[in-house]
Amino acid sequence: MWAFINKLRSPKWFYAISAKLQPWFWALAALLLITGTVWGLAFAPADYQQGNSFRIIYVHVPAAFLAQSIFVSMAITGVVFMVWKIKIADMAATVMAPLGAAMTFIALFSGAVWGVPTWGTWWMWDARLTSMLILLFLYLGVIALRGAFSSRDSGSRAASVLAMVGVINIPIIKYSVDWWYTLHQPATFTITGRAAMPLEMWAPLLIMVLGFYSFFIGLTLMRTRSEILRREASKRWVRDLIEESR
Amino acid sequence: MSLCLQARQLACERDDRWLFEGLDLDIQRGEIVRIEGPNGSGKTTLLKILSGQLSDYHGELYWNGALMRETREHFLANLLYLGHAPGVKSGLTPLENLAWYQALSGDQGSEEQREEALAKVGLRGFEDVPAGQLSAGQQRRIALARLTLTPRALWVLDEPFTAIDRDGVAALETQLVAHAKAGGCVLVTTHHELTASPVLRRVQLG
Amino acid sequence: MSSTNATVSAPVMPMHDPKGGLIVALNATLRRDLTLMLRRRGEVLNPLVFFALVITLFPIGISPDPQLLAVIAPGLLWVAALLAALLSLDSLFRSDYEDGSLEQLLLAPQPLAALGLAKVAVHWLLTGLPLALMAPVLGIMLALPAGSYLVLALSLALGTASLSLIGAIGAALTVGLARGGVLLSLLVLPLYIPILIFGAGAVQAAIMGDGVTAHLAILGALLAMALMLSPWAIAASLRISING
Repeated sequence: MWAFINKLRSPKWFYAISAKLQPWFWALAALLLITGTVWGLAFAPADYQQGNSFRIIYVHVPAAFLAQSIFVSMAITGVVFMVWKIKIADMAATVMAPLGAAMTFIALFSGAVWGVPTWGTWWMWDARLTSMLILLFLYLGVIALRGAFSSRDSGSRAASVLAMVGVINIPIIKYSVDWWYTLHQPATFTITGRAAMPLEMWAPLLIMVLGFYSFFIGLTLMRTRSEILRREASKRWVRDLIEESR
Repeated sequence: MSLCLQARQLACERDDRWLFEGLDLDIQRGEIVRIEGPNGSGKTTLLKILSGQLSDYHGELYWNGALMRETREHFLANLLYLGHAPGVKSGLTPLENLAWYQALSGDQGSEEQREEALAKVGLRGFEDVPAGQLSAGQQRRIALARLTLTPRALWVLDEPFTAIDRDGVAALETQLVAHAKAGGCVLVTTHHELTASPVLRRVQLG
Repeated sequence: MSSTNATVSAPVMPMHDPKGGLIVALNATLRRDLTLMLRRRGEVLNPLVFFALVITLFPIGISPDPQLLAVIAPGLLWVAALLAALLSLDSLFRSDYEDGSLEQLLLAPQPLAALGLAKVAVHWLLTGLPLALMAPVLGIMLALPAGSYLVLALSLALGTASLSLIGAIGAALTVGLARGGVLLSLLVLPLYIPILIFGAGAVQAAIMGDGVTAHLAILGALLAMALMLSPWAIAASLRISING
């Protein structure tokens, strides 16, 4: 464990190891996403109430999952950065924030698109969509705070603290919004409202979720690598690397 | 009792630039140590690290032989730090300002003590004037009154001579020397030449 | 260095053990901040005037119809009070940061979390509490149904305490930034949502004649949680901000 943490201190080591890991995640992501998309769009049966429009869950649900997981990962990397001062963790947090915001936006947008045939409107103050919207604001806050500091170190710490504060609040926000929603509106359709989904429907969903996660890991590795190069540009090993590639 | 602040292999990196590296420092009773270096060489940062305000440094700090982060409370109870800004509230009178500082160290103090300290820095008659109406030099003097008011062994002073007139400079310098002679220690940055200090030691940065 | 050691022969400056005296320090900090704020009365009054002004805007912007206003009054009052409390947050640590007192607060031989809490307490006493006391008057103007006035004041008193605590984290994070004000709102408002939900919910429940104890209990629970956790976050954030 300690050996691993100590290795993480070295951006050079991470740069090398992530180069080896990265292709596997890309391959896995491609495989899962293609299988899931084809299965979900072409072979899964249509919903008896919503028809084909339900198929948007194959994008919406994985995006929503990722949106939440990425925030949690950001808080975890924040703790790692603050406690052990491991810079890689902060670099990962830096590149994850826009990714998470993008996933939140995809979840919101797909929810809105799904709303048109189902609710007859682009926006309903549905509990899940409302929580997602708040999550988007939390992401934007973290990104804005990091950018507002002139010293990158301070920005990193501030963003870490905010991510930790946010992650404690996310469940509170989620439950209070759920409570608010049930109080104000009788439960209507929600995009993933019903529990009993036949296997032919949820199997491709599971594949899509896993595919999104692999894609996310692959992309995070890739972007962390470029962040390493950007931040370590003045270090010898990066210069050597550039020399070699010439 | 021993008193010393030690830094071992102290290094500070700010946004991928090393301000200083491999700095070893021993500050002991009876010493006045002046940190020197051009602008931007990290003097203020070093003072902030040595006064326990910054935690993002490499190396170790020791206070009386023990790791500083483990004896932080004891360290802070013996430290008096004056930064660039005097830390004087313009909405409060000099007396009220000092009362807060005294109380921060857990001591109620008395009005007589505070008046005496203010008199010593030449602010007699200004005790009840809101600090905002005083000049920059006078505000700095309020901060300097803490040197006599709250006796602490270790003084960390960042540019303490700023905005003070010639008499004030001389008085402060005498006070620094007296403090060192009495067994305290002083860590200071200043562009002012310390002439009257026989015990001065210099540390060059940058 | 050996030459300097030789000078140590005179009386020896005593060392102090940490004295404690937290109560003295807390008392002094409370008194100092109260004095400062009361000498700048305008700053205390501004959020209250803002509150009244925003509440005036709604009937003008929507409709003077008392029946309509009565329906939206709980939400309006809560949102306006929340914004008014937010308005004054930016100055919570700013003057201390600018004149150097914040450094001194960090170096006091007292837990920073406790001293920060004292500052937040003053903020609540001079914004949250007056807002809560003033809200019933504005409630009358919005035709808030009878029987909900006490709950309105109570829920605001409880809720604004949490708002001050959570908001102080944002204020501490942005105090070192030249233009932290707008950013502060962006950071803090999403975190305010649960409190808004249960605060406005309590008033609505009171209007409907439902029990309000559950709402107030949840507001109390949120406050307890904020009291436990936010002082540490405030302290950590202040330490970051002082780094610049």
